Parts: sequence; structure tokens; C-alpha cells
Amino acid sequence: MSSMNKYISNVVKTIPPSGIRKFFDLVAQTEGVISLGVGEPDFVTPWHIREAACYSLERGYTMYTSNQGLLELREEIAAYEKRRIGIEYSPEKEVLITVGVSEAVDLALRTLLEPGDEVLVPEPCFVSYAPVGVLTYGKAVPVQTYDEDQYRLKADVLAKCITPRSKVLILAYPSNPTGGIMGQEDLEALLDIIIKNDLIVISDEIYSELTYYGKHVSIASLPGMRDRTIMMNGLSKAFAMTGWRIGYACGNQDIIAAMTKIHQYTIMCAPIMGQKAALEALRHGETEMRRMVDNYNFRRKLILSGLQDIGMDCFEPRGAFYCFPSIRVSGMSSEDFCAGLLEEEKVAVVPGNAFGENGEGYIRCCYAASVNNIEEAVAKMGNFIKRHNKIPIANIG
Amino acid sequence: MDLERTVLALIENDARLSTKTLATMLGVDEAEIKALIEKMEKAKVILGYNTVINWERMGDDGVTAMIDVKVAPEREVGFNSVAEKIYRFPEVKCVYLMSGTYDLSVVVTGESMKDIAWFVSHKLSTLNNVQSTVTHFILKRYKQDGFIFEEPEEDKRLVVSP
Ligand SMILES: Cc1ncc(COP(=O)(O)O)c(C=O)c1O
Repeated sequence: MSSMNKYISNVVKTIPPSGIRKFFDLVAQTEGVISLGVGEPDFVTPWHIREAACYSLERGYTMYTSNQGLLELREEIAAYEKRRIGIEYSPEKEVLITVGVSEAVDLALRTLLEPGDEVLVPEPCFVSYAPVGVLTYGKAVPVQTYDEDQYRLKADVLAKCITPRSKVLILAYPSNPTGGIMGQEDLEALLDIIIKNDLIVISDEIYSELTYYGKHVSIASLPGMRDRTIMMNGLSKAFAMTGWRIGYACGNQDIIAAMTKIHQYTIMCAPIMGQKAALEALRHGETEMRRMVDNYNFRRKLILSGLQDIGMDCFEPRGAFYCFPSIRVSGMSSEDFCAGLLEEEKVAVVPGNAFGENGEGYIRCCYAASVNNIEEAVAKMGNFIKRHNKIPIANIG
Repeated sequence: MDLERTVLALIENDARLSTKTLATMLGVDEAEIKALIEKMEKAKVILGYNTVINWERMGDDGVTAMIDVKVAPEREVGFNSVAEKIYRFPEVKCVYLMSGTYDLSVVVTGESMKDIAWFVSHKLSTLNNVQSTVTHFILKRYKQDGFIFEEPEEDKRLVVSP
């Protein structure tokens, strides 16, 4: 067959394929892998939620919902957000239910960006912001965050990246892939720059329930930030519902209305089964959710201590279910390390550079895995490092 | 966090978690976990450690029955003395006092139905105070002590995802 590439638009050609995808293909060819490479909970959606969704199907809820999503669910979301971050959003005008936070990010960027506008993207970060920024004719501007700052976004670094075209700042804390969080003071330190430069913030708070130190603070709750922030959250991580594809955006009614306009033509509405399941999760899912969060926290400590024992430096992640250790001791690149670890020890982790250039020299390990798998994977990583250790370490356990 | 309850809940699900792993997961000293478990054992909060086994997979076809027992309670001791007489038999795995139409629920295992029939007719019904018994044989185990027997749930996630 002849190549059809000439028909593909230049914008699409310019976005690189996801680094994770490349690595996935490699892992898929290997058998008997212990994977710390996933980006989702190891819990199946709690049964009461699955059961409620089955019941809704039995009763024939198989149709479209309104574009914004079931009003009932928007009301439940508004109540939940009031409890979670202390902000009141109007269920009628300020909440839009989307196909995951993924869709919400796409809608928001399409709503906000003119060609050439710049999106400030703190890296390392979740893989989709920069490519979506480019697809929407904007320009993604990486803003570096550093290990020694616990991957918090620092005002001085941000200030250096501002140009007259800066329009949107993405904040996604707790962070995938680093597990870093931003406390109230860290966020407050950014307000000056944000307000002075008239930036809109997209705050992706999908991991916020998985915060292990203190209570999560939303930037939307800080003075002057409510209308300047598009707050996004979803059911995927906290309620172990990745496959249901339900997320939402909350914010100023003009912005939500504009986002709804795109959503109504491109998606129409989020699937009703997912919305029904989300309703059950928000109404009755708190106990199970807390149980899962406690369980991640136990395993967070386990993996962190394991990594220390094998001589890998890792800052203590305080949110999400990832840790992001340095592989400096091996002297390898992230990709070589991951490929080698997979081949020699059959352990899958994700190369840090998949999350931005400055993720080079790190790997992402997801601890949403069984205690046995975590212990075994860490031990195997230890063997791998002993074999390839380039820099002498004082005491490898 | 109530450390005692947290440890108990964790080992209730997986008795093989080592004290070292538990200590790391909870961010406390291993010595503290050891002491805590010892204390719980002494206080008989922890009674023992079992393994949930699907004997059928080993090709064994032992039988288990649940027996409803009606008992005439005795003055002073109520149901306790007859319950005690029943639970002393090693083939009796569980004895519960029940609300409702009968009094004691007894779980008995044996190698064959004959074993159990013999136990019921010779040992159980002949006890003073036992007025009647109804024996139900277990035909198939779907779930026991939190474990699903037929299709243990497997990890269906993609091995690598964003
Ligand atoms: C930071 C972050 N945001 C958004 C998403 C996508 O979430 P959703 O399932 O709601 O589309 C992910 C998924 O990995 C994520 O890590």
C-alpha cells in the first residue's frame, strides 16, 4: 500500500508519539513482567459502584444525557467540591462533565488559545498537556521543576518563562510522574506572577485525594483565583474508575459555557453508564476511597524504603501513587535503564524523559501494585543496579 | 491512625506480611510491630494464623456440612455448656450461637458424607439438651474468608500506561 502520510496535517506530524507508547510495545513483547509501569489504581472499581452501573443498565439508562451531563451528577459534584476544596460551583452554570480530565484539558486549551499563545507546562508532567497545546495551535513552553525543590513549581523559574504571549499555566499537583505536591504557601508564591501576567490556570487535581501530608489545597480557593482557574477533577484515580471515563471541569460560567460549546459538537455528552457510576461513587464511595488511599500510603512507604535500601536516591513523594527515583548511580540514560531492567530482570518502569526532557536521569515507579510485587521488583532493581553501578555508593543494602 | 487496628486489619488479609514489611509500610520500628503482635497474641486478640486452601484443586473430595442445632438451654449456663461439648470435637470447625429458628450453627468437616452422618447420629444428636438437627452439605465453595475460589481476580491493566 502506498504511504498516505502526505494527507496527514503538519500539526499532527509535528507532535511526537507518546514515549510511553514506545515503551509499552517493548514491554508487551516480554513475558512474566512485574510492572511498576502503570498509571492507574490496582483496585478494581468498588463493587457497589459497578453494581449501581449494572442496575442503571437494567433499567434502561442507555441514552444521551444533556451536554453538560446529568444535572443530578453535577449537583453531586458541586457538593463534593464544596467539601473537598471549599468552593461553591453552580451545578447549572459552572460544572461540565467530560470524558475524563483528558477531554477537559483539550476543551480548555481549545477554548483559551489563539494561534501562537503560550501554555506554560511545568515538567516533568503528565504526557498530554504539551501535545494538546500544540494541537490547539498554541505553543507549549516547558517550565522546569527540580528534584531538590521536591518538584514544586518555583516563582523565579516561572517568571523567566513568561513572555507577552503567555496565556495559560498548567498546574497538576499532586504530580504524575513525581508525586510532588504544592502546599498553600507554594501556591501563594505564584499568585503575583499569575495575576500580573493575566494568566488563566488549568488546575488538574485528579490525584488530590491521594495526598499523604496535610490537606490538598486548590489554587482556585486562593484570593482572586476562583474565576481565573479552570479546576479539573475526575473519578479515575481516587475511585479506581479509569475505564469509565468520567471527569469534569469547574470554573467561571463564561469559560464553562465556551467549553460546553466545543464539547456539544465533538463529544455530545459523557457516557451515561459512567455518569451513573460516578453518581454512586460520589454519594456512597467515600469509605472505600479512603481505604484505598490508606493502602497506597502503606505501599508508598514500603517502596521508598526499598529504593533507599538499594541505593537509589528518591525524594519523598507526598501525593499520587508514583515515585521518581534518580538513576544516576547507573550512569545510564532513562531509556537504556528501563530497557535493560526489562530485559535482564523483567521489571517494567517508565523512563522519566517520557514526561519531559528534564525527566531524563529518572524513572517513574508506580506503587499501585501488590506488596509482593513491590518487594520483588525493588529487589530485582537492586540486582540490576549492583551489576551496572557506575558510581560507587557507600552502602548498598 | 490507630496502629493496633491498622496492623490487625493488614494481617487479617495477609498473615504472611513480615514484621519488617509492616514496620516499613506503617513507618514505625520493627520492634514496635513485634511487640504489638506479641501483645495481641497474649491478649488472645490474635488467636492463630490459618491458610485458606482450596482442597478441591488438590483432588481431595472431603465434605463440609453446616448443621442447625436446636438446644434446650440450661439454667445458669444457657447454651455455653452444650456449645463447649460440641466444639471439643476436632472435626467441628466453627460453632456459632444464632438468633432465629435454631440455636447453634455447627460447621463440621469429614472425609465423606458417611463420616458426617456418623458424627451427627452418634455424637451430636445424642448430647443431652440437643433437641433436633438439620444437616446441610456444602456443594460448592464460591468464596471463603474473602477469597474467591473459582476465578481469583487477576490484574487486567495494561502493563504500561501514562
Ligand atoms: C495528571 C493526570 N491528569 C489527567 C489524567 C487523565 O485522567 P482521565 O482518566 O480523567 O482522563 C491522568 C492519567 O493518567 C493524569 O495522570
